[in-house]
Amino acid sequence: MSADGQSASGPLLAVGQLTKLFGTFAACNGIDLDIKPGEIHALLGENGAGKSTLVKMLFGVLTPTSGEIVWQGQPVRIASPSAARKLGIGMVFQHFSLFEALTVAENIALSMAPGISLNRIAEEASALSHSYGLPLDPKAHVADLSVGERQRIEIVRALLQNPKLIILDEPTSVLTPQEADRLFETLNKLKAEGRSVLYISHRLEEVQRICDRATVLRHGRVTGACDPRKETPSSLARMMVGSDVAHVSAEGTSTKGAVKLEARHLSASARTPFAVSLKNICLKVHAGEVLAIAGVAGNGQGELFDALSGEYPAGSDDVVRIAEKPVGTRGINARRLMGAGFVPEERHGHAAVSALSLSDNLVLARNQSDRRAFLGGGVLGLIRQDAVKRATKRISQAMDVRKSGENPPAGSLSGGNLQKFIVGRELDRQPTVLVVNQPTWGVDAGAASRIRQALVDLAKSGSAVLVISQDLDEIFEVATEIAVISEGRLSDIYPAAELSREKIGLLMGGMYGKTESAETAHAH
Amino acid sequence: MGIFEAILLTVITAATPLVLAAVGELVTERSGVLNLGVEGMMVMGAACAFVATQMTGSPYVGILAGIASGALFSLLFGFLTLTLVANQVATGLALTILGLGVSGMIGEAYVGQSGIKLSQIVFPVLSDIPFLGSLLFKQDLIFYLSIAVVAGVHFFLFRSRAGLKLRSVGDNHASAHALGINVIRMRYLAVMFGGACAGLAGAQLSLVYTPQWVENMSAGRGWIALALVVFASWRPWRVVAGGYLFGAVSISQLHAQAFGIGIPSQFLSALPYLATIFVLILISHNRRTTLINTPASLGKPFVPDR
Repeated sequence: MSADGQSASGPLLAVGQLTKLFGTFAACNGIDLDIKPGEIHALLGENGAGKSTLVKMLFGVLTPTSGEIVWQGQPVRIASPSAARKLGIGMVFQHFSLFEALTVAENIALSMAPGISLNRIAEEASALSHSYGLPLDPKAHVADLSVGERQRIEIVRALLQNPKLIILDEPTSVLTPQEADRLFETLNKLKAEGRSVLYISHRLEEVQRICDRATVLRHGRVTGACDPRKETPSSLARMMVGSDVAHVSAEGTSTKGAVKLEARHLSASARTPFAVSLKNICLKVHAGEVLAIAGVAGNGQGELFDALSGEYPAGSDDVVRIAEKPVGTRGINARRLMGAGFVPEERHGHAAVSALSLSDNLVLARNQSDRRAFLGGGVLGLIRQDAVKRATKRISQAMDVRKSGENPPAGSLSGGNLQKFIVGRELDRQPTVLVVNQPTWGVDAGAASRIRQALVDLAKSGSAVLVISQDLDEIFEVATEIAVISEGRLSDIYPAAELSREKIGLLMGGMYGKTESAETAHAH
Repeated sequence: MGIFEAILLTVITAATPLVLAAVGELVTERSGVLNLGVEGMMVMGAACAFVATQMTGSPYVGILAGIASGALFSLLFGFLTLTLVANQVATGLALTILGLGVSGMIGEAYVGQSGIKLSQIVFPVLSDIPFLGSLLFKQDLIFYLSIAVVAGVHFFLFRSRAGLKLRSVGDNHASAHALGINVIRMRYLAVMFGGACAGLAGAQLSLVYTPQWVENMSAGRGWIALALVVFASWRPWRVVAGGYLFGAVSISQLHAQAFGIGIPSQFLSALPYLATIFVLILISHNRRTTLINTPASLGKPFVPDR
């Protein structure tokens, strides 16, 4: 491994006092970090801790305000992603930078040096992807691929540049446990070849499993550098959050109550070519329980949420029942008036209008269900600003929403705080049925724990709660019962205590066993 | 020359400007820019080509003037929408209205003058092929150019690296920017190519179709060209098929009258637009192929942040 001459013994990359200011706000404040050749180095931190800003500077997407980057002993200025690639730095983004209308080979060709024919790129990509255990069909359109396969394109694209350092931003957040295992094998292979990996994650278990060293960030500063294998998950979490994170448990919820939300053989055809159709979904959520639906992104979660909330009503009334009443063809407001509450996945543009204030967003969601409280003036429906402001304050206090000013625009809140507000907006009504899609997606640990506790508490108080989530940690924390959705089909529902991660992983891959045969029997 | 052959010749003449303007707009839209000003650029091309031909006596100078005026006019659109990030739809509509007005002013002194028709270029031997020879190899330069441009655009988009970059810009401009592609420059070039093609289409109108200048002589062909791009689901060769179909429909009104078929002429002149609507409804059913080809960033402004 001494092929690189004098620099082989020293660090591959050393970062000294790196700072990035946005206005007066320091996203990164005097960061020190060094990465040795042939190690997997974890970068830990909550949302907004400065992880993304740091790696964007390393990859030349952002320019540092001050500080230095030393690459193989030489101080460097990384002006653009292509400059980073030339140095030997590859990057796999969390939100993929792929072109859906193009083929795999075309996507890869775009980041390669010009003058290489598309056929040669396709051959090389195919060979490389197989040798690292990440098989890819270079002629497939990206639009037709799963999220896991899309990630492979990003990884293969980075590997084709023969990089010395690969940066991976939250790579497993979209993978099944089995797909993640496969990725870890690939990473170990890269490490064995003497390449370094900078692995960004907030999943402590993974970091302990594969990383040699870890650097922890909080509020733009380094708060710890350690060997993750010598730490406990709670000591790592303390470094990330700065205080102990409250543990959430579904204890005290039960499935003995009456059925409050039910889907009976719910099917829906795909609305767009890239959407998933729902196939014969049956589920029951009892008062007092949390039913959690696990699954990898893009397997029909959004479509199921739309059908249950009434955003896209079903074809017949009977397929969705709220409190024993058939509501399949009714719209979202009719279902809200029956005591149901809904929190969709996308915070901006779906659950909230970014440019409007929190109180306006509150009125938008609850102007029908809380007509008496929020609207006055009879048919005119004038907004009672003082009542709405009081409710906004009440929700903010109940959920500990941290914001600048009394009633700021929704877009000015951090992801975690806005999510607390939109979950709190529904909880404030004490709904008898609550359906939440990805309640803590991209939310930091403190806020996530608060939201999960609130969901469990709602169930304990006698409501039926349905949580759709990709996060297995979250599912095991909040669920009384668990089902798995895969390609628009729902597995059987199991008590949470009876399921292991491995079993869920198999269900995510669509291995239903007896369920499949029962379904075919039903169809005939 | 048989009557059928004569009808086909007129169809070709009617279809050529549609194909040219549409294939230019196709490139513009593939880069993610929606330029609704095709009608305006086309009529500017027609006016400038006619005036330049009358001044110099050479229709080839007229062709160059048509191309240049269309490209320059589209540059105005590019500056407004790409540099100043104005709304593309509103700017495109404004461009059409402006083009109709300015072209009327430019051509005012030339109304009623008889122009010089662009001469035919006859390919020896090939033009002697029965039937096809006189249709395909005894045509004017602009016809040959229209086919060459379509073939070139197809090769460029789907075979060349630069074309791949252009499609990537139209599909996801943020990712393209992250890969180091200059999104704004790429779009400027695509917009100007679209303008040049629309200008050439306009030159065909005032130099071949009816060699004279009449105000508003583009007569809605720019709008048909826009519909044609969607009809072709952003694929160049389908523009040719659609262009000739629309050309045939618009010509059929003349021949129906000649044959004494009792259909009101207003209905026949409305036929191209009805066909457009019909085709738009038809293709919207096949959403999958449309979405694979539709530039996902179409009409979305790009502002790089750093």
